[in-house]
Amino acid sequence: MRTTSRIVKFIKNNATGYLFLAPWFVGFFVLTLYPMIYSLWLGFTNYNFTKPDETQWIGLGNYVKMFGPLFGVSEFTTASGVTMRVDPYYLKSLSVTFTYVFASVPLKLTFALAVAMLMNQKLRGVPFYRAVYYIPTLLGGSVAIAVLWRKLFEKNGLVNMFLGSLGFTNLPSWITNPKYALWTLVLLSVWQFGSSMIIFLAGLKQIPQEYYEAAAVDGASKVRQFFSITIPLLSPVILFNLVMQMISAFQAFTQAYIIGGGSGGVLNSTLFYSLHLYIQGWAYREMGYASAMAWVLLLIIGVLTAIVFKSSNLWVSYGTGE
Amino acid sequence: MKTKTVIRHTLTHLFIIALGLTMIYPVLWMVVSSFKPNKMIFSDPGLIPKVVTLENYVSGWKGYAGTTFGRFFANSLTMCAIAIIGNLISCTMAAYAFARLKFVGRNFWFAVMMITLMLPGHVTIVPRYILFNTYGWVGTYLPILVPKFLAVDAFFVFLLVQFIRSLPKELDEAATIDGCSKLGVFLRIIVPLAMPALVTTALFTFLWTWDDFFNHLLYLTKPETFTASRALRTFVGDAGAVSNWGGALAMSTLSIIPSFILFFSLQKYFVQGITTTGLKG
Repeated sequence: MRTTSRIVKFIKNNATGYLFLAPWFVGFFVLTLYPMIYSLWLGFTNYNFTKPDETQWIGLGNYVKMFGPLFGVSEFTTASGVTMRVDPYYLKSLSVTFTYVFASVPLKLTFALAVAMLMNQKLRGVPFYRAVYYIPTLLGGSVAIAVLWRKLFEKNGLVNMFLGSLGFTNLPSWITNPKYALWTLVLLSVWQFGSSMIIFLAGLKQIPQEYYEAAAVDGASKVRQFFSITIPLLSPVILFNLVMQMISAFQAFTQAYIIGGGSGGVLNSTLFYSLHLYIQGWAYREMGYASAMAWVLLLIIGVLTAIVFKSSNLWVSYGTGE
Repeated sequence: MKTKTVIRHTLTHLFIIALGLTMIYPVLWMVVSSFKPNKMIFSDPGLIPKVVTLENYVSGWKGYAGTTFGRFFANSLTMCAIAIIGNLISCTMAAYAFARLKFVGRNFWFAVMMITLMLPGHVTIVPRYILFNTYGWVGTYLPILVPKFLAVDAFFVFLLVQFIRSLPKELDEAATIDGCSKLGVFLRIIVPLAMPALVTTALFTFLWTWDDFFNHLLYLTKPETFTASRALRTFVGDAGAVSNWGGALAMSTLSIIPSFILFFSLQKYFVQGITTTGLKG
């Protein structure tokens, strides 16, 4: 009797919470947890969407397929007796993505901070300017802008028209030249600095003005003030922006897909990781392999995020200045 | 001293304006070019068209495969509307539970939710596709819309939790004393007070659904179900060799109008959304 009433009481105390969470629970278990376990398993198989009945366990086969070229492997047989070829483009997609992330994220953050500092003055019209500077970010992820970008950086595009009128000749088609194609995408990413700018601006507003006044009285130059006051006090915000931008840069897809015309572009110069994953999983229907690729991406992002957080002990100060 | 400040401010203004113009020049150029005759688009980099025409809008609107852009835009709008309803209901419910209700395991599940926030979608995308395919949902809007009713966009749950936590608890308590149930508190106190955060949620849900391309590429297979973003991509084609660039630019211009209007009319919600959660734009 007492146990029953305890159980009733327990249910009564907890039921409302779980009822409100019910949609989230269904979503979490059915659309997140189960797919994660499933994709982990798929990553160890040669699951192909067109012939799921022929699925075989291949152990680390998919992972050898990715990293085999590093060790000079081209064809191999798994322990379960399946013969596989390595993926000649995987490492390329990895290097393209790393170049993109390590170029675009620091550039974007630097630019965002510079603009945020420009905006952080007692000027009229700052809200309006801020809105205008946010426009590229507002639109940048859309197909429309990707289409536009391709037109801008073509052989006869707007960019070359400008450079031509400045006297430059023999201009390349930036978008189809493997040397430059990736950099047009980096530029497109830097152009979308708006979110980071707004977060920096909010951070800058938190820094007490007295610090700068005191430093100025002590004769510190503007440069000195920037490095001794702004950067340290803003460091938690920098860390936050760095992590968020890094995670999303690793997952970039739409722009590369549109600009490369559905492929990795000329000589796979814009073969982003996500794009390669999509091509493997949906064009070739090799969904086992695509799942394995997804897990490697998760691992890469996880490790890099951990490194950034670890290193933050050295450069992020959670000062007691407030 | 005073004149010096004035000069400095004027120079800063000029600099900000010049930089801003450079920033948005490509967008302005796209809008202006969409009103130029097709063959003049790439011979004239200027912003003032010599001839103004609506022919690009007429030819672009026709779309392809017998489906007009009217249909594509209607599809996009319908999808966005349903996505907003889904996210508002499911994310607010979850956020209320995390922020206000007491139950066993709350902190654990909250931590789990925060982890899903950082999780790259790639690790779930293949199994989700296989799952939706077995339900026969590929080719419909269900794979895109059903997750919205299941609070899968953890960003919004987090945003709403933060907001609801900032509301004074005394209001809940007063309402409870007056005989309000948990559901009553939720509907009569929390939801009305959380309105700013709900607007932010609706706004970003709209933008992300409107601009989303990856999911539309995966799940929409028939031209008559295409959304504007998906349709634009096919309109441009794989090789990008379409002759009707004017039409592409015209439809691109139309496709950015809704985001534009919402952004300028609801700016403060934008800033709030970005600064509380670091939402990507």
